[in-house]
Amino acid sequence: MQKIGVFVCWCGSNIAATVDVKRVAEALSHENGVVYSTDYQYMCSEAGQNMIKDAIKTYGLTGVVVCSCSPRMHENTFRKACSLAGINPYMVEIANIREQCSWIHKDMVQATAKAIILGKAAIAKVHLNAPLTAGTSPVKKRALVIGGGIAGIQTALDIADAGFEVDIVEKKPTIGGKMSQIDKTFPTLDCAACILTPKMVDVAQNELINIYSYSEVAAVKGFVGNFTVTIKKKARYVKEDVCTGCGVCTEKCPQKKVPNEFNLGMDNRRAIYIPFAQAVPKVATIDPDYCTMLKTGKCGVCSKVCTAKAIDYTQQDELIEREYGAIVVATGFNPIDLKDYDEYAYSQSPDVVTSLEFERITNAAGPTAGKLLRPSDGKHPHTIVFVQCVGSRDTSGCGKPYCSKICCMYTAKHAMLTREKYPDTEVYVFYIDVRTPGKSFDEFYRRAVEEYGVHYIKGMVGKVAPEGDKLMVQASDLIANEQLNIAADMVVLAAAIEPDKSARPLATMLTASMDTNDFFTEAHPKLRPVESPTAGVFLSGACQGPKDIPETVSQASAAASKVIGLLVKDHLTCNPCVAESNELMCNGCSSCEKVCPYGAITYIDKEFRMPDRTTLVRRVASVNPAVCQGCGACTVACPSGAMDLKGFSNKQIMAEVDAICK
Amino acid sequence: MQELMKNRAIELLSAGEVDRVVGWKKGEFAYDCTPAIFTDANDLRDNFVYDDFTAPNLSKYLVAECKKGGKMAVFLKPCDTYSFNQLQKEHRIKRELIHVIGIECNGKADVDKIKARGVDGITGITSEGANFVVETIYGNETMPKYEVMAERCLTCKSKKHMVYDELIGETGDVNPDCGRFDMVAKLEAMTPDERFAFWRGELSRCIRCNACRNVCPACTCEQCVFDNPNSGIQQKVAVTSFEENMFHIIRAYHVAGRCTDCGECSRVCPQSIPLHLLNRKFIKDMNELYGEYQAGEDTTSRAPLTNYNMDDCEPSIVHERGGKA
Repeated sequence: MQKIGVFVCWCGSNIAATVDVKRVAEALSHENGVVYSTDYQYMCSEAGQNMIKDAIKTYGLTGVVVCSCSPRMHENTFRKACSLAGINPYMVEIANIREQCSWIHKDMVQATAKAIILGKAAIAKVHLNAPLTAGTSPVKKRALVIGGGIAGIQTALDIADAGFEVDIVEKKPTIGGKMSQIDKTFPTLDCAACILTPKMVDVAQNELINIYSYSEVAAVKGFVGNFTVTIKKKARYVKEDVCTGCGVCTEKCPQKKVPNEFNLGMDNRRAIYIPFAQAVPKVATIDPDYCTMLKTGKCGVCSKVCTAKAIDYTQQDELIEREYGAIVVATGFNPIDLKDYDEYAYSQSPDVVTSLEFERITNAAGPTAGKLLRPSDGKHPHTIVFVQCVGSRDTSGCGKPYCSKICCMYTAKHAMLTREKYPDTEVYVFYIDVRTPGKSFDEFYRRAVEEYGVHYIKGMVGKVAPEGDKLMVQASDLIANEQLNIAADMVVLAAAIEPDKSARPLATMLTASMDTNDFFTEAHPKLRPVESPTAGVFLSGACQGPKDIPETVSQASAAASKVIGLLVKDHLTCNPCVAESNELMCNGCSSCEKVCPYGAITYIDKEFRMPDRTTLVRRVASVNPAVCQGCGACTVACPSGAMDLKGFSNKQIMAEVDAICK
Repeated sequence: MQELMKNRAIELLSAGEVDRVVGWKKGEFAYDCTPAIFTDANDLRDNFVYDDFTAPNLSKYLVAECKKGGKMAVFLKPCDTYSFNQLQKEHRIKRELIHVIGIECNGKADVDKIKARGVDGITGITSEGANFVVETIYGNETMPKYEVMAERCLTCKSKKHMVYDELIGETGDVNPDCGRFDMVAKLEAMTPDERFAFWRGELSRCIRCNACRNVCPACTCEQCVFDNPNSGIQQKVAVTSFEENMFHIIRAYHVAGRCTDCGECSRVCPQSIPLHLLNRKFIKDMNELYGEYQAGEDTTSRAPLTNYNMDDCEPSIVHERGGKA
């Protein structure tokens, strides 16, 4: 029989305002096995913890129930306190009467009754708790960064700077990401390439950083400190270590009509290509969808002109298995597809462009060599309309409900730069709100309005209709309360940004959680913003939410510091709540092995003594406790109930259910 | 057929190729053939039987036989070979000890349906084209097969053997249009109240004899959860009548994804409860949610419920189907 102490926390008024804590403590004091029951304003405080420690000593408690906040908040606090007072930390149970009770109920009578039931369930469980001892597991001192944009680059550089090996997996042929496509950066207007490419070079030159470009993560196994990742290195048909990046092949390739994705399809590249001049690694890649040699076996021009003999048409996709202690997700963002916004005539006129396309048009390495020319006829536009919030803050269901955060600033930048270079151009910006929090951001926006004479109009564009070589823009000016009709030469749409499509399957592989918009969820939105709830998986950049470059870089460094904090440890304490197979009942059917996401279950042939003094060799499951993460999938899959989870046994859970249903 | 099988069994046993033969022998009545383990050629000669009443699936008996060691031969009808594969997949039997003799099957007679026609004193049965000829002490009765064939044979999913070392008779084809889910679809079309009433009507007849569990080739646990005092659902006798329902529903969950739809549960039920419908509901749901899957088709594939694919449906699909699932 356990001697149980019950400690009911007020959490200031968080719990006490909705739950009659005194009544809960009193009611639970009558439960079987409870020898002490009390309440206190802040159980997690030093004084509260001391109350628990004192009660353990005074009443000889063998089990403790704390009715307080979610175990995610303070289970560890109370486990530590109990352990200091001499009882096993796994003899502590938390009844969550805050998140699951006081915060969601308004009626005190109901909430109090529910808090008592939750307390009873925890008491029922403690009766069946057994002391558990945690083991340790080693930490593989290498990190994986998924995504080679500015977020991934910064994280990798910082981790390598601390002396740890880092691999970057980038699905494109080069690292650099979206920042490499951007022309100038707000609010200082320095050239994106000028500040990004030195970092790319640093990555290439760093001995501790290894880039897997044109590669994807194919599978992830293991757990914090011990991930095993399969990386699929796609065939680029060019020997990476032999190619000198001279670029002769990319000039001689006869297949000239391949849409150039770096310039968003606004010009063409060859079937063998280097995405841009400062690409890292500076290695050519053959596009198998367009290469005549790969498709028909006839051509081979690139191979003939390559003096380094780097072309290899027989190259195959390669699977590489590597071990990591930590994984950083830096998969970034993309502008949304504008197919649902045809009122802006994006699909009807080439002169309606997205903001990212506008970046390429204004970039010296872009399709127009940096001259602001209309894609349709190459003429200089004299009236440009910028439309903000295309798909952002859209509750109609066809766009994104969130604010994409970066559009106000880059639109101000585009407007300002247009007026600076081409003062003969009239620039209109239609907005819902202009949002410019950030260092020197509002000053930047005001300069666009006050110094550069950009026409900022509060109101949305209703329709863009191509008419001759003009784009007729119908819009409303909400402040002047009038309808506007503008004959524009170009329309630029600030398309909402969304997480990269590769993020969701990756989240599944990592068992990391995502929100409804496919942004990765943080372990805590305020206090643990760069960690995912999955231990050992960290978040960097726009994969976690819309971010501009300065924010991305600071988050990238923050993620790196968390990774470094993990990798400096030699061992991690394991979770002792692991699965265990009852060999006498195990059938050896392999169901558990199949569902185990960690590969913790193996099968052994074991000799059993039978009642009649004979022996029988039976195939039974065996759990490796250092690998098991206690997810419990096997306990559900086991048809005979031979698999059970320490600390969360079927019996304990049924006892809780019984206590609730009684 | 019976003679071919008997002779082959005697041959294998006499040549010492196998130590035992798993087959059938007559029970008290001509129609209640029971599974039997033969170790002696004379015993085989006198008692081995195979006719239109020998319905029992012999696969499960191999679990116990394999533990004894030695080699054995077994006769498997097409539907039984699915159970065999499933047992092999779950490491419950040792393939290397077993010589599988696949036998042709054209559907078994349901003695209850025959008796319901007022036929009594049955002493034997033979097939004549589309008819069964039932021999009785009062003379022969001829009746159309489709009227007295077992339900599971009328909706036979496959006449093809999934595994065999040798064949007696022919192996046929898989029949995807067997209509075995028609009754499930009817149940799905009912309102929840109608469905509840249907199942209460059926399951409340249960006398908890455990025959369905004991015959089920998917029920081969070392210790059944219903016999395990630590499982929390140990239960020999029902306290309330509703517990019988829970027994069958829990059992259906336990065999979900592993049930090959052999139909033995319904065949042995002394109360004629259509238990196979519970299993078929699971199979139908899995087919619809995760793509066609037939347990026991092979020994290596992963069952939908113990597998994960990127294109697996989200759990919310149940709600999207209007909560019907």
